[in-house]
Amino acid sequence: MKILIQGGRVIDPANGRDEITDVLIENGEIAGLDRNLAADDARVVDAKGLVVAPGLVDMHVHFREPGYEYKEDIASGSRAASRGGFTAVACMPNTNPPIDNEALVSRIVRLGNDVGLCRVHPIAAITKGQQGKELTEMRILEEAGAVGFSDDGRPVDSARVMRRALEYARVTSKPVIAHCEEVALSAGGHMHEGAISAMLGIGGIPNASEDIGVARDVRLAEITGSRLHVCHVSSARSVEIIRRAKDRGVRVTAEGTPHHFTLTDEAVLSFDANTKMNPPLRAEVDRRAVIEGLADGTLDAIATDHAPHADREKLVEFDQAPFGIIGLETSLGLSLRTLVKGGHLDLATVIERMTIAPARILGIPAGTLSPGAAADLCLFDPEMTWTFEKSDIGSRSHNTPFLGEEMQGRVMLTLLGGRATWEHPGMRSRLGVGTGSPRNGARAEANA
Amino acid sequence: MISERKSLLGIRELEPEEILEILDAAEPFKEVQSRSIKKVPALRGITVVNLFFENSTRTRSSFEIAEKRLSADVLNFSVSTSSVAKGESLRDTAQNIEAMNANMIVMRHASSGACHFLDRHVRARVINAGDGQHEHPTQALLDASTLREKLGRIEGLNVVILGDIEHSRVARSNIYLLTKLGAKVTVCGPPTMLPLEIHSLGVEHTTDVRKALRHADAVNVLRIQFERQHEPLIPSIREYARYFGITEDKLAELPRGITVLHPGPMNRGTEIAHEVAEEHAGTILRQVSNGVAVRMAVLYLLSGGVGAEVLN
Repeated sequence: MKILIQGGRVIDPANGRDEITDVLIENGEIAGLDRNLAADDARVVDAKGLVVAPGLVDMHVHFREPGYEYKEDIASGSRAASRGGFTAVACMPNTNPPIDNEALVSRIVRLGNDVGLCRVHPIAAITKGQQGKELTEMRILEEAGAVGFSDDGRPVDSARVMRRALEYARVTSKPVIAHCEEVALSAGGHMHEGAISAMLGIGGIPNASEDIGVARDVRLAEITGSRLHVCHVSSARSVEIIRRAKDRGVRVTAEGTPHHFTLTDEAVLSFDANTKMNPPLRAEVDRRAVIEGLADGTLDAIATDHAPHADREKLVEFDQAPFGIIGLETSLGLSLRTLVKGGHLDLATVIERMTIAPARILGIPAGTLSPGAAADLCLFDPEMTWTFEKSDIGSRSHNTPFLGEEMQGRVMLTLLGGRATWEHPGMRSRLGVGTGSPRNGARAEANA
Repeated sequence: MISERKSLLGIRELEPEEILEILDAAEPFKEVQSRSIKKVPALRGITVVNLFFENSTRTRSSFEIAEKRLSADVLNFSVSTSSVAKGESLRDTAQNIEAMNANMIVMRHASSGACHFLDRHVRARVINAGDGQHEHPTQALLDASTLREKLGRIEGLNVVILGDIEHSRVARSNIYLLTKLGAKVTVCGPPTMLPLEIHSLGVEHTTDVRKALRHADAVNVLRIQFERQHEPLIPSIREYARYFGITEDKLAELPRGITVLHPGPMNRGTEIAHEVAEEHAGTILRQVSNGVAVRMAVLYLLSGGVGAEVLN
C-alpha cells in the first residue's frame, strides 16, 4: 500500500525541513521525500496549499479511563485527538483507580492500540494511589509502556518525597512531569487572584502558589540532577524561574497551553464554568509571558491539558464546577491564531512545539517525517479560518470556552501509520483513486 | 432604564441613571410605609418566589414584606443545604420553580455568580438577594437611599467601608454604587481582609481606621464573615475590636459628625461598640425601613410597571 502526498508544504522541524515537496508512504512508513516523486501505483493525495506536518503530539491529556468513562474514554479521547491532527498523546494517571501499576499501564497501551485512532502513551503516577507517599515501580512501569511519571491533579505535597521521586526516576529514561502548585496557598480558590477575582468575589488562586511549586521542583531537579518537566506553566514568574534554571543547566523542560496563551481571567466575567481550570486563566502580563516562553524556547512544548467533564458537571455555579476544559480539537487552531497570526512564532516553530519537542521529552518515536518513521501525519490548511462548533468536537464532553470562536487553520487529514484517522469533508476531492486508499483500514468512527 | 432590564443581578452592570431611577422610585414607597393600610396593588397577579439557599432572616423578611405590600403572590422556598449536597442542581431547582409559572425569583446563594447563572437558565426575572462574596445590590441601594436621606446627596461624599472587605458582597455592591454616583470610597480593614488588587475597583485602601475616618462623611461598618474564612484572618476579636472596631473614643476624635451605617446583624463589642450602636440606632434602623421601600421599587420596576396608576 503506497500513498503519495503531492505538492504540499512539508514542515518537519526534526529534520530542519520546510519546503514544497512530495512525501511517499509505503507500508505505513515514510518511504521518502522528494520533489516530483513518481506516482506509480500509489494513491495520490493532492496537498497543494496544505501544510504536511508530522502528526501532532500532545503530551498532556486526560482520557479518564478507567473510572470516569462518562467524561471520556480512550476511544472518544482518541477520536478527539485525530480530529485535532494528533497522532500521539500522553494520558495522565489521575483516573480511578489511578494508573500506578503494571497491569493498568499495560491496559491503557492495549486499549489505545485496540481503538487505533491515535498512539496513546500512559503516564504513570509518581506515588502509589497518587497519595504522595510511596514511589511506584517506575522501572517496571516504563517497561510496560509508561512515558513519564506525574502527579498531575494531585501534587506531591512533601518536598522530600518529590526529591526521592526525582532521584529514583533516573533508573528510567523518563521524566518526572510535575503539576507544580503549593496547594495550601490555592485552597478555596476557583480563579486567578487579581483584579477580576476582587471584582467578582471569587476565591483566588495566586500566581505564587504556582511559582512556589515550580521553584521547589526546579531546585529539587537541580540538586538531584534529574529530569523534570513542568506542566501547563501559566504565570510570568514561573516562566522566568524556568528560563533561569535552563540558563544554569538544570535539566528542566516545560509546556504551555493554548488556553493560557489565548485567554485571560477577563473571560471569567461571564461566570461560565468553562473558563475554570487549574492553573487558572491569568492576567495579560502572564499570558504574554507564556507566549514569550514558547517563542524563546523556555517553554518547549504546546500541550492542551485536555480535561473533559460532563455537561451536567459544568452546568453549575462557578465555585461548584470542576477544573478543566477540553483542548484537542482547538489546539492547532488556537496556536495558529494566537501565536502565528499574532506574529509571535513562525509556523515551523509552532509545529516544532507540537511535534518533535514533546516527543523528545517523552522519548517516544514520534513527531518526525524521517524516512523509516511511522507515517503519522497531519495535513492542514493554514489559511482556512473556521468557527468552532459543537459538531467539531470528537470528545465525549463539551466543556470548552471556545465554542463560536474563530480558529485559524483547519486539519484536513490525519494519518496514523498511513491510515486516515480523520478526513475533513473538504478533502474528498483531493483524494485520488488508487490501490492504496488512505481510507482503507480506517475505522468507521474516525469519520463518525 | 431598569424597567427594560430582565433582571437585577448586580450594581456593577448598572448605569448611574439606573441607580438613581431605583432610588427615586423608592421615595413614594417610603410614604406607603407610613400609611395605615400599607398595601398597593402594583404586583397583583404576579408570583414571586424567594429562593434562599443561605440562611437569612432580615433580607428574606424584607423582601417578603415588600412583595406582600405590593400584593404579589409570594412563595418562600428555603433550601438550607447547597444544591449539590441535596443532589438536585440549581438549574433543575430553578426550572421546577419556573414550571409553576413564577414571574420573579429573588435568590440568595452561597456561590458568587449564582444569580448570573440562574438568569441564563430561566425566563423569570431574577433579583439578586446576595450571591456569595460577589454582590448584594438591594443592600447597597438601601444604604444609598439612607445616605441620601441623611446627607442629601451621594456625589462628593467621602464614604468608608470598614471590615472584612474580601468576603463581603455588601462591600462590593457599595463600592460599585458609590463610585458610579461620584462618591469617594475608602476601604479599611486588616490586611488579611483586603483583596490584593482592591485598588483596581477605583477605591482608596488603608489599614489605619483613624486615618480613614478623619475626613469621612459616613462609615459603613461590616460584620466579620467568619463563616466564609478558611483560616483565622485576625488573631482575636479583642484585637479587632480595639484597632478596627468603631468605638466612642475613635468617633470623639473626629473633627465633625459622621453617619454610621451597619447592614446587620450587628456584633456589639466587636466591629461596633454598644454605645455607638445605641447612638446611631436611628440611622441603622432607618436602613431596615428603607430596605423595604427600595425592594418594593426594584420589584415594581422589574415587573414592567403593571398597575403604575395605583401609585400616582
